[in-house]
Amino acid sequence: MINNQKSIHELQLHTGVNVNRCYQCGKCTAGCQLADEMDFPPSMVMHMLQTKDEELLQQLLNSKTIWLCISCQNCIERCPMSIDIPHIMDYLREKSAGEHKINRQSRDIVAFHRAFLDSIKYTGRLYEIGLVAGYKARTFHLTQDVVLAPKMYAKGKLPLVPEMIKGTRNIKGIFRKTAP
Amino acid sequence: MSKIGVFICHCGENISATVDCERVAAEAGKMDGVEFATDYKYMCSDPGQTLIKNAIKEKGLTGVVVGACSPRMHEPTFRKACAEAGLNPYLCEMSNLREHCSWVHEKNEQTTEKAIDLVKMLVEKVKKNKPLNAIKVPITKKALVIGGGIAGIQAALDIANAGQQVIMVEKEPSIGGHMSQLSETFPTLDCSQCILTPRMVEVAQHPNITLYTYAELEHLDGFIGNFKATIRLKAKSVDYKLCTGCGACTTKCPNKKIPSEFNEGLGMRTAIYTPFPQAVPNKPVIDRANCTYYQKGKCKVCEKVCPTGAIQYDLPDQFITEDIGAVVIATGFNVLKTDFFPEYGYGKYADVLTGLQFERLASASGPTLGEIRRPSDGKVPKKIVFIACSGSRDPAKGIPYCSKICCMYTAKHAMLYQHKVHDGESYVFYMDIRAGGKNYEEFVRRAIEDDGVNYIRGRVARIYEKDGKYIVKGADTLLGSKPVEIEADMVVLATAGVSNPGAEELAQKMHVSYDAYKFFAEAHPKLKPVETNTAGIFLCGACQAPKDIPETVGMASGAAAKVIGLFSNNELTREPLIAVVNRSAPPVFSTCVGCFMCQTACPYNAIEREEIKGRDGSVIKTVAKVNPGLCQGCGTCVAFCRSKAIDIQGFSNEQMFAEVMALMNE
Amino acid sequence: MSEQIINSPCGVKGTIGFYPGCSLKGSSSEYAQSVLAVAKAFDIELQEIQDWNCCGSTAAHNLNKELALSLSARILALSEKQGLTEVVVPCAACYNRLTVTQHELNNDAALKQRVCDIIDMPIKGNLQILNVMQMIDKYVADRLEEKVTTPFGHKVACYYGCLLVRPHNILQFDRLEDPQSMDILMKRSGAEPIEWGFKTECCGAGFSVSRTDVVAKLSGNIVKDAADRGAEAIIVACPMCQSNLDMRRPQINEYLKQKIDIPVIYITQAIGLAVGLSPKEVGLQKHFVPAQFA
Ligand SMILES: Cc1cc2nc3c(=O)[nH]c(=O)nc-3n(C[C@H](O)[C@H](O)[C@H](O)COP(=O)(O)OP(=O)(O)OC[C@H]3O[C@@H](n4cnc5c(N)ncnc54)[C@H](O)[C@@H]3O)c2cc1C
Ligand code: SF4
Ligand code: SF4
Ligand code: SF4
Ligand code: SF4
Repeated sequence: MINNQKSIHELQLHTGVNVNRCYQCGKCTAGCQLADEMDFPPSMVMHMLQTKDEELLQQLLNSKTIWLCISCQNCIERCPMSIDIPHIMDYLREKSAGEHKINRQSRDIVAFHRAFLDSIKYTGRLYEIGLVAGYKARTFHLTQDVVLAPKMYAKGKLPLVPEMIKGTRNIKGIFRKTAP
Repeated sequence: MSKIGVFICHCGENISATVDCERVAAEAGKMDGVEFATDYKYMCSDPGQTLIKNAIKEKGLTGVVVGACSPRMHEPTFRKACAEAGLNPYLCEMSNLREHCSWVHEKNEQTTEKAIDLVKMLVEKVKKNKPLNAIKVPITKKALVIGGGIAGIQAALDIANAGQQVIMVEKEPSIGGHMSQLSETFPTLDCSQCILTPRMVEVAQHPNITLYTYAELEHLDGFIGNFKATIRLKAKSVDYKLCTGCGACTTKCPNKKIPSEFNEGLGMRTAIYTPFPQAVPNKPVIDRANCTYYQKGKCKVCEKVCPTGAIQYDLPDQFITEDIGAVVIATGFNVLKTDFFPEYGYGKYADVLTGLQFERLASASGPTLGEIRRPSDGKVPKKIVFIACSGSRDPAKGIPYCSKICCMYTAKHAMLYQHKVHDGESYVFYMDIRAGGKNYEEFVRRAIEDDGVNYIRGRVARIYEKDGKYIVKGADTLLGSKPVEIEADMVVLATAGVSNPGAEELAQKMHVSYDAYKFFAEAHPKLKPVETNTAGIFLCGACQAPKDIPETVGMASGAAAKVIGLFSNNELTREPLIAVVNRSAPPVFSTCVGCFMCQTACPYNAIEREEIKGRDGSVIKTVAKVNPGLCQGCGTCVAFCRSKAIDIQGFSNEQMFAEVMALMNE
Repeated sequence: MSEQIINSPCGVKGTIGFYPGCSLKGSSSEYAQSVLAVAKAFDIELQEIQDWNCCGSTAAHNLNKELALSLSARILALSEKQGLTEVVVPCAACYNRLTVTQHELNNDAALKQRVCDIIDMPIKGNLQILNVMQMIDKYVADRLEEKVTTPFGHKVACYYGCLLVRPHNILQFDRLEDPQSMDILMKRSGAEPIEWGFKTECCGAGFSVSRTDVVAKLSGNIVKDAADRGAEAIIVACPMCQSNLDMRRPQINEYLKQKIDIPVIYITQAIGLAVGLSPKEVGLQKHFVPAQFA
């Protein structure tokens, strides 16, 4: 086991969470709606971090869990120790993406997030057709939801032309300045 | 001419590691008026004390300064040694070279210099010391026990059986406390009422015990051996001298839908009620807030049916004052209610209960006569979930501590359930099983191994109701944190033990300290577990922290032993370090001008007026006088006195100035 | 149940800002339509924030914290620039992001400075951010009952989702579990809110496209509980919840192996109907699962 005190220290620095405070009661997992889908349920994530084992940290960066957490905040609201798991998930996601360790099966989720951000980057607002097109281009799920779009259009739920805001330069600036 | 002896202690290495003790002794030897100075590794040890005693005798010392640890620790030790060698103990002073010097500074020249200064100050002070004699005060040999749970009962009986008088004050209409509500008790499963009731009766019948139920402490004055307690006797509306306890009134009272406190709201009682059939005293009180007559002016049914005419609606609260020598606080604890838990339904689910409510269900004297049935529909629950640590060990909910008793009573509850519902399934969600105690671990194992209780290690995230079932969502952390869902018919929360609502107010009335959770604080966590920080006031039972019956009883006997010990003396010696108003020869009599600023300033009401009379009995002068029994030596009066007539013995202005001047005359 | 909506701020009536957010301009246009219609019915003047941008939603928040804060911060800054002190944000996700962002910036001066530099605009950080329940409670309050002409006489399951109520210590809206504010408003509109178990359980949120299976399951559990308990409509206040529970109904029904046709409507639609607006005026025809109330 490779003990990586440094990574945990860094995590604490960024999230303000002292992983040792978690006493493994499992209440977070018990209330997490995605726990069943996760490869490592939230309380397990906490314990893996507690071991300071580098190998386990790598497994987390590579996990489905971090992309499945929807930041619903259920866990922290009920955690007796008020451990900010969603914040830890945010941190692990950013780290995983930054280190190109995104879990294979979770790439669709990330692709969707990226397509979403692309859309706002250029127009300032979300352009739903653009989003879906972008997502399909990234994932090759070309036929997904083909039945839905025409229906949405018919119900006046899908504008065909993107709304452009005036401050698109400002928005691009924001994207540039916050680029990792 | 003073002949002072200076004794410098190394305190092992506690002082000598940073202070050059030999040099301090050498420098002290050169100080004006010092006859003898030396240092030693452990001055408090037998040889150390002998060293002091011999020096006093051989050198004819007139004062002693010990440079060592805190006077709080060893002043009594050294003063006793001096007394044994024939020197008045108040001619011995301590200079704190440990807390005030060696522990807080680095090892260097200046640290040693400071130590020398500290010694010098005390040398100058002790030159001005006067021999003093301890004050003797008589002891009132009567104890006040507040709270009539098992803690108070045990303490009262022990004290009374030792031949001393006891006054017991219980705020409810009956004594018994929580133990009277319990069904069977771990770790032996003996019936709680069966072992408790005889003791309750013994309290009521004991010639040395005066029992006041439905009463509360209103006020407490005085000091160890000499307290004055004012007790409020709440109006019972029933004359106990006439009442025979026949129960006619309680059966006939039309107001029958008041949730019974004794049954934790699972049963109902009337407005005039005795809390339970075995109550002591077994006589009713009228709960005025719920009585139709008091609220609406009409009814008086109880008066009509009472064969002895005992009902008296106009009785007011009464106040009595008692002289007391010692107090035992035994006011117990409380448990959180289910409405404390948002995630478990804010108390809105009828079949989500507290452990105490479950006790009532399991108790033969309870609302279901001991059958486990759902309060909602009376059905026997086939699947039951117990949740340990409900609210305990939960900093997010403001309770970081472990309530200590719930692991055990939860095992007991699951066991009782299995004994009563043979085809039932029971689950316990727990975080750790804390079963430290004689036969405790074995008890829990029995629940798991013999009674087949399912223990799941994990906390429950939430409970919701669906189709008459309670969906309990937990996790099994021993199965890699697998979410678990149980459809239960009943859920029992082992809710945290907390302090009583009135604990803080009571503590303030008695000037005793309490902790962050409003439990009463013991004087020392290890060495003084039954004392409070106020001399003469003791504590026992769950008012100090949640604890089980064996521990409560042990503690109660401990507190009783302290009281009996105190009462074994006829008088009490107190430190003479109190204020005195000076006296001088006529025609002045005292520099006191009778302004009585001191009287207004004194927080302990210790200052009285004294008339100085001439031969013919005419009043010449009125001056202040200190009651040595009440004065605590705080010195507030000294600061207020404009004619410098009042001073603290042992800490006189003259002594204080001598200390300060010692530092100035470098 | 408290009849007062918990912790809703109160103040004087003035011009109130309006941040629709992207969904209300697209797939959830009926939400915008009904919010505006209800506001009009109660003489509440809403002023759209000029040149607003997307709050970044879950995507930004998941991939880049600073980007997420900056996108939301720009909206706060624009509102302040427009002289607004109060903004109504009907979308629960946007409401959550904006409130949390303002809170985080106010609690970290260095972060605030950094974000102001990124968006190139100053931020005071004293905006009142209201969700629709708070808007109605603050500006309509007791008048709601007076205005009800056609009581919404149906059993309803009020579904809050996660973003409206959490994190509780920051949003300070309603109570931690089993919230009440929607239930209270629906009761005042003549409906009968049911007690149920899924008020704040997550619907699958942003997984609508990327993990439709997850949405089918989570939303399925919600729809099923509401239906089992006899609700005739699910009331929501979030476009994401609405689209998951409504548009994903085929997948939900497939997951449940059961056909449930309980409609999912916005609280402003239900209130709109109750105060006499026509189904068309509140955009009821735009839902996938037909919403018709006799
Ligand atoms: C659900 C449950 C199950 C338990 N099961 C067991 C078990 O099986 N075995 C076991 O060993 N222990 C058990 N216990 C623990 C046991 O109840 C306690 O150890 C015991 O009751 C403590 O006794 P006490 O006298 O200190 O406090 P209490 O029982 O709380 O008694 C305090 C008394 O003081 C009175 N009082 C309070 N304030 C005032 C006041 N201001 N003035 C006057 N009177 C006042 C109260 O009315 C009460 O009569 C259980 C506890 C619970 C909650
Ligand atoms: S709820 Fe909190 S303390 Fe319990 S396992 Fe989860 S993170 Fe740890
Ligand atoms: S925030 Fe993430 S980990 Fe926590 S309960 Fe929600 S989905 Fe689970
Ligand atoms: S007077 Fe009060 S206590 Fe007596 S019977 Fe009537 S309600 Fe009951
Ligand atoms: S005694 Fe057991 S159940 Fe009670 S708080 Fe402590 S660990 Fe939890």
